[in-house]
Amino acid sequence: MNNLLPLPILLPMLGAALNLILSHRPRAQRVVSIVSLLGVVIVAGTLMWQSYHRGVQTLWVGAWPRGMGIALVADGVSSLMLTVAALVTLGVLIYSTGQDAEEVRRATPVSIFHPTFLLLCAGVSNAFLAGDLFNLFVGFEILLFASYVLLTMGGTGSRIRAGSIYVVVNLLSSNLFLVGIANIYAATGTVNLAQLSQRLPLLPDNVQAGLQFLLLIVFSLKAAVFPLQAWLPDSYPTAPAPVTAVFAGLLTKVGVYAIMRTQTVLFPGRPLTDLLLWVALATMIVGILGAIAQSEIKRLLSFTLVSHIGYMIFGVALATISGMAAAIFYTVHHITIQATLFLVAGLIRRVGGSTSLERIQGLAKVSPLLGALFLVPAMNLAGIPPFSGFIGKLGLLTAGAETGTPLAWAVVAGSVVTSLLTLYAVAKVWNRGFWGEPQIVEVEDDDEPDEHEGKLLPPVMVGAAIGLICLSLAFTVFAGPLYAYCTLAAEHMFGPQYVQAVLNGVPTP
Amino acid sequence: MIPNLTLAIVAGVLIACGVYLITERSLSRILVGVAVMSNGINLLFLVAAGPAGMPAIIGMFPADQMSDPLPQAMVLTAIVITMAVSAFVITMAYRSFQLNGHDEVSDDVEDARIRALAERDDVSASFEEIRFSDTGDDVVSE
Repeated sequence: MNNLLPLPILLPMLGAALNLILSHRPRAQRVVSIVSLLGVVIVAGTLMWQSYHRGVQTLWVGAWPRGMGIALVADGVSSLMLTVAALVTLGVLIYSTGQDAEEVRRATPVSIFHPTFLLLCAGVSNAFLAGDLFNLFVGFEILLFASYVLLTMGGTGSRIRAGSIYVVVNLLSSNLFLVGIANIYAATGTVNLAQLSQRLPLLPDNVQAGLQFLLLIVFSLKAAVFPLQAWLPDSYPTAPAPVTAVFAGLLTKVGVYAIMRTQTVLFPGRPLTDLLLWVALATMIVGILGAIAQSEIKRLLSFTLVSHIGYMIFGVALATISGMAAAIFYTVHHITIQATLFLVAGLIRRVGGSTSLERIQGLAKVSPLLGALFLVPAMNLAGIPPFSGFIGKLGLLTAGAETGTPLAWAVVAGSVVTSLLTLYAVAKVWNRGFWGEPQIVEVEDDDEPDEHEGKLLPPVMVGAAIGLICLSLAFTVFAGPLYAYCTLAAEHMFGPQYVQAVLNGVPTP
Repeated sequence: MIPNLTLAIVAGVLIACGVYLITERSLSRILVGVAVMSNGINLLFLVAAGPAGMPAIIGMFPADQMSDPLPQAMVLTAIVITMAVSAFVITMAYRSFQLNGHDEVSDDVEDARIRALAERDDVSASFEEIRFSDTGDDVVSE
């Protein structure tokens, strides 16, 4: 029993409702949004502390008899993801407030942005805390609906084009998810994850395999895993920078989290190691080769996002505690770093007037600060020591080597190659966009570069980007304790703790 | 539990038709496809609920005669979500029609551009060939 559990869902929803009422008072909206997200950060941090010290936290909502109603569960993984997601969304929200103030709400109806953004957070929290499959579906639908609105905000031609693809793909995956839930309910009579964990192994083997593949396909589509990744680089880059940042940081990771959760809790005895290793290898290589071909920063980053999902799938595929721990650490690192890079891409657009590498040049001379803001997360993404990207990759490679099958070694080699190619891709952005003589923006007042810079880069936006970079550096500095936490969380994923905590006091039929 | 074969077949046919329509280009056909497919899935939940029974209201009927209320609650949620999805897709189709004169899902422009470059065996304007010469000076051609 822990009554804190619904708060990460309720606080943003309450904030969204207040924001709709306050839609004509942008300053009040910003205060409400920031306060409600700060609340989520505090609650999520508390949940993380509680789940670490007191074990898995559960709540049966609505005072139904235990085992009948909806269960909310926060264990090591979900509370960690919740905390990082809340911190990143808070950073992105602060960044977006700087943008509103600067652009005086021209093309996009900002009054809609804040409520929708908060609903997205509520959906993400709900997906992380869901203790049953149907509630997970509802969480996905909340966040997807918010994302449809955010992606097509303003209704310009390119956003409608990108939005159509995104909406149709996600509709299909949601419907497949419902088919999966209906089949699982027909076979077992429950949708609660902990109860399913006990009842699914009793089913015939082929029925289990069918259900497992169905769930894997659904979540792979949401996580943009090869061969279901083609929609992502098409739809993400056209949205405004804060929207793309939060999409890239969070939405695919919710899919990865769902894969982790369902594959370990529901099908503990039958890991799809070989299949997932192949898929991970293909995702990495296809994604990064796509990234190299791009000449537009946001598209390039979207392709690296696809490629690095492969690393997380690699960790999940190994189905060992060390592999899962590395995957969790890598997911946490990647949520932060990918969101930061998209925010910086937004800043590049402000300074250079474009995010196409064919139009920008010499940005490091125009704004050395921007250069530093790009370089640190970019090197972190490529996995240069001592950043957290390197630590996560090292963990994955070690786990792969421990497993030691030829296929695992092949994926280890593939991830090293992908890491080098990522370095090549970000170095291409650096060489082309940041080096050389400035092209687009003429620096006129050389005497007062600071003032010029301040005008180009609003301090709030830069502050938010620096804050997120500091968060990723904190993962590097506190990598020891964080990695220990991830290892414990991974142990609990394979152990009986989750099921025991949820089913504590539930009468067995 | 003995599943209802008629319901299962109808659900299968509806979902298959829905998937076929979703593969179309036009958003209005996709909308019809989504509606058909969602209804098929709702029927699938009815199959999962088992044989029909009395309303699940405590105190009115004995528990063993009641039908399973949980799938009905799920179907209700799914219907609400489908309604919202339909509204959103109609809006998007209409906006697409306003902007382009049709409501078709079009190909990615940037992707087509890169593919055209590849077919011409050409390089993009952002390509730089870097050679490392013996003298130690890096030669950069643009």
